[in-house]
Amino acid sequence: MSQVLHAPPPAPAEDDLAALAARHGLSVSGARPSLPEYVRQLWARRHFINAFATAKLTAQYSEAKLGQVWQVATPLLNAAVYYFVFGILLGTSRGVADYVPFLVTGVFVWTFTQNSIMSGTRAISGNLGLVRALHFPRAALPVSFALQQLQQLLFSMAALVLILLGFGMTPGVSWVLVLPVLALQFVFNAGVSMVMARMGAKTPDIAQLMPFVLRTWMYVSGVMWSIDRTLTRSDVPHVVKVLLESNPAAVYIDLMRFALIDSFKAHQLPHHVWALALGWALLAGVGGFIYFWKAEETYGRG
Amino acid sequence: MAEHTEPVPTVIADEVDIVYRVNGTGSGRGSATAALNRILRRGKAEKAAGVRRVHAVKKVSFVAYKGEAIGLIGTNGSGKSTLLKAVAGLLPVESGRIYTDGQPSLLGVNAALMNDLTGERNVHLGGLAMGMSREEIKSRYQEIVDFSGINEKGDFITLPMRTYSSGMAARLRFSIAAAKNHDVLLIDEALATGDRKFQQRSEERIRELRKEAGTVFLVSHNNKSIRDTCERVLWLERGELRMDGPTEEVLEAYEAFTGGAGKRPRK
Repeated sequence: MSQVLHAPPPAPAEDDLAALAARHGLSVSGARPSLPEYVRQLWARRHFINAFATAKLTAQYSEAKLGQVWQVATPLLNAAVYYFVFGILLGTSRGVADYVPFLVTGVFVWTFTQNSIMSGTRAISGNLGLVRALHFPRAALPVSFALQQLQQLLFSMAALVLILLGFGMTPGVSWVLVLPVLALQFVFNAGVSMVMARMGAKTPDIAQLMPFVLRTWMYVSGVMWSIDRTLTRSDVPHVVKVLLESNPAAVYIDLMRFALIDSFKAHQLPHHVWALALGWALLAGVGGFIYFWKAEETYGRG
Repeated sequence: MAEHTEPVPTVIADEVDIVYRVNGTGSGRGSATAALNRILRRGKAEKAAGVRRVHAVKKVSFVAYKGEAIGLIGTNGSGKSTLLKAVAGLLPVESGRIYTDGQPSLLGVNAALMNDLTGERNVHLGGLAMGMSREEIKSRYQEIVDFSGINEKGDFITLPMRTYSSGMAARLRFSIAAAKNHDVLLIDEALATGDRKFQQRSEERIRELRKEAGTVFLVSHNNKSIRDTCERVLWLERGELRMDGPTEEVLEAYEAFTGGAGKRPRK
């Protein structure tokens, strides 16, 4: 190329510019890609998503003296607090067989959903620096945060196995069910995270509200009490029990208990429980992804 | 080569406006009610309710061609960095359009790096964040570390980044950012990092990147580095494009403007 290029163009008229761009096949900067293209871009960034999640997880306790021991110690301490309050003080444990494994499973599985949604809400609004500095499909952020929570849960599951063995559970074939349950719950969490990420990006105040919503959700989801046992005996309308039992958090918690705890029998599960687990995952996963993608080009606005 | 061959445009800005909206700038008194008001009467009462609109870039048009290195100058807060971010597709424009050839990238990965991780892991993380493949990072890893000079004073790359001096951290960040080749490269005052020796190395690297890139934009307050690297300059002032022309001509006018306490606005 010669250097004669820059007699600075005397700012051409505006329709000229659009025509010039079209003639040279330039594309509009920052435009939203099509949905299949977006999926392709996201897949191409899978290593980043994974590395970002692991990095966040590792960075979490890097200044603590005990370091990564906290990955296991934190969920254990949580479970201990809930056991003290609900198992001993309030006596929720009455009539629930194997209450400690029941409670700990519930707490861990619930924490996975709770933390995913919480960090999803701040996924965009809390990482504006990143969003404004680098170009990548923004869905990578909420997915990455959900993945971080999944990795965290795997640490908790190691602690859980110790507790289960300590309370005399025997590993059985049903333990394999943990894998599909985790996969479905992960898809569900990632989906809800994406919905919350878009809402949180537009209205950061939602992050202040979420702890209250989540706490309410936790108490109705049977994390520390048995929906089945408590409501069968009381005179609550049947429809309430069905609704409580089909809420996604309760579904994933009960499936996990069914997989891991010997005394938790199939008749304690709601009807069509696997269909519910799959349905919630698909609804949240696909719906959340599309909802998030629809606003892709607006993330990062001041 | 025929002089009338049409130059190939790589970035076209067409009447671009960029507006920031800032929450919580209420005058202090009654800001809680203002916030409620804002939520209830979305859109309508934006201004009354304490949302300030900052019109950062106003009706800016230009065409950048392949092979050009363009400097962006202007006093602080004149909208230079904002314009770059919009060209990179990272900030949405309020009205107008920006057309680009391929994906322009901003030189900078600071936001993706984590102080609690080792330099080594940050090289990987930063590379992935910029869209490099794992193989690409592996093959360039040694090059990045050597360029940063982090290991010149001992094995620092395996220590967490929070233990680095600010100069060391800046050098590593620049080295990671400069490791990738770009079609359209946007540089936001990246030259001012590190000691003199490192600055020379980075200027060299920028010239290399320029050779590989189609077009380079450089934001800087250092008129010397603009003179050294750019042949065309855009001068932004209060969000408006004040001048667009050959480096010498624009810089002369700009120096007169800043030196003469803003007395003689040309044009």
